[in-house]
Amino acid sequence: MNHLLIVPLLLPAVMAPVLLLWLRFHLRASRLAALLSCGVLLVAALMLGAEAATGEVQAYRLGNWPPPFGIVLVLDRLSALMLVLTALLALLVLWHVIATGLDRRGWHFHPLFQFQLLGLNGAFLTGDLFNLFVFFEVLLIASYGLMLHGQGPARLKAGVHYVIVNLVGSTLFLIALGLLYGATGTLNMADMAGRVAAAAPEQHRLIAAGAALLFAVFALKAAMLPLHLWLPVTYSSTSAAAAALFAILSKVGVYAILRTGTLIFPAEGIGLPWSPTAWMLPAALLTAIVGFVGMLASHRLREQAAYAVLGSTGTLLAAGSLFSPLPLAATLYYLPHSTLSTAALFLLADVIARRRRGWGDALAPGPAFPGMGAAGLLFLIAAIAAAGLPPLAGFVGKLLILDAVRLHPAWPWIWGIILATTLIGVLALARSGSVLFWNIREGAAVRRLEPLARVAAPAALMVTALTLLALLAGPATGYAQAAAEQMAQPTAYVEAVLGSRR
Amino acid sequence: MSLEFLVASAVAVLTAAGLYLALRARTFPVVLGLAMLSYAVNLFLFATGRLVVDLPPIYDKAATGYTDALPQALVLTAIVISFGMTAFVVVLALRSYLETGTDQVDGRRSPADMTAEDEQGRQA
Repeated sequence: MNHLLIVPLLLPAVMAPVLLLWLRFHLRASRLAALLSCGVLLVAALMLGAEAATGEVQAYRLGNWPPPFGIVLVLDRLSALMLVLTALLALLVLWHVIATGLDRRGWHFHPLFQFQLLGLNGAFLTGDLFNLFVFFEVLLIASYGLMLHGQGPARLKAGVHYVIVNLVGSTLFLIALGLLYGATGTLNMADMAGRVAAAAPEQHRLIAAGAALLFAVFALKAAMLPLHLWLPVTYSSTSAAAAALFAILSKVGVYAILRTGTLIFPAEGIGLPWSPTAWMLPAALLTAIVGFVGMLASHRLREQAAYAVLGSTGTLLAAGSLFSPLPLAATLYYLPHSTLSTAALFLLADVIARRRRGWGDALAPGPAFPGMGAAGLLFLIAAIAAAGLPPLAGFVGKLLILDAVRLHPAWPWIWGIILATTLIGVLALARSGSVLFWNIREGAAVRRLEPLARVAAPAALMVTALTLLALLAGPATGYAQAAAEQMAQPTAYVEAVLGSRR
Repeated sequence: MSLEFLVASAVAVLTAAGLYLALRARTFPVVLGLAMLSYAVNLFLFATGRLVVDLPPIYDKAATGYTDALPQALVLTAIVISFGMTAFVVVLALRSYLETGTDQVDGRRSPADMTAEDEQGRQA
């Protein structure tokens, strides 16, 4: 067994208590340790990515229990992609946190951050549905802490909603697991895939009900319509850095939908009376509309970024919910882009708000501030990325999505909605850019300021990563295509987990 | 009455009560509702291993059959998580009550709670 697979779980799991117990009162040391942990995670994720790129699916049996009895971690191209994305985002967000001193505004920021990473990496690696639930809980509990970090009445109010909604979601998750376990007698995903396919007709209704509940929970995490209402409030009232990290949180839902949708409940050929996957496309398209229209209606830049998360999730799932190789490849190429571009918007909103002080990130004319030109340029690039205009990767991603759905019967709907929402997104971001940077009102300039280069560096690096994703579109789409083909042919996954005994 | 009927109706009653309470406008009933929902789920998970009477879970020479031990392990995990989460929600609800001055889930006072001064302050 390749022990590198356990590193993304073990490292944050060890680091978090160390930060909590020994480095609690040592800010400098805990910052260094947290940065080091994120750096090592990125290296480990890249090494795992290189291994997964060969096309081999690796399974790691915890405690070496023979499957399907023990818990397995599974690494394929999709998990590796999500791991690299998580590690990269975490490193940049942590840098922003340290540069802006958010970790000084309350206790336990760094341990919570590490627990968050543990939950995320675990959710992406696990091959067991109940274990997925546990990692969802780990990442949610850490996210409650991060979301409330810094406090204030508005954040607490949004926090109560966020926590309650997610607790109900966890309850539904458990009911879904109970139904699926009752019908198939297993919780190992690879094993369940085989048993669902071979299930007796009298079990079909139970399985379909379990699948519907499971997808409802994942849709809640991904904030798909009509389960999206918690996201804009939560993301716009938490700190910008936490919101930037949460950009990957909603992608966990997308990942879970893609994983179970291709592995356990493939769209055709299992003979269920009805399948939740059929409902995904209209819901995703509506999510895209609500997200981009919300961007146009926002009063603050962070609120706009929160709606951008919603819109990009909708666009992503519009292609992903077709569950066939070509749209899946487009989805996987667009996924890192949509995560990084919305995270960059959140970080830039914070940078701009810190310079405008009293005006904050409100989309209203304020006084000029030092470093406006550079900040404006960064915002322009991030906005181009978030809206999906050429020459950045958002354009390539949307083009791939449009091209991939050409043969689907509903293609006029998908094309019309993606193109129209892109236009709305461009309008919204152009409006905020012109209000923030061109519509200057006379007023007292902010006196003491940190240098722009220090606080804007992580956001600038994120934008650079987006540019790289566009420049390296050839290899990136190649990887995405290979990953999509691997997902569409889950036999390799099943064999890696269960062995070739069947 | 059969055992299945008793368990199923207990799950149903707990779920219904939990849902009703979770939809209330004040945080305390909502917390109680979430607790009831988690009880219902625990019972339900327990029953997914099929209801059997007086059978050993692991190994017994004289056993004619076995009960499924896995759902019991799942229920244990679920109980631990829901216990921790309930404690967290209680603290959060208290904190929110102290900071916003109201226990409404949306942080706004209901008209019934308003005192005469509040009303005047509102009109001013």
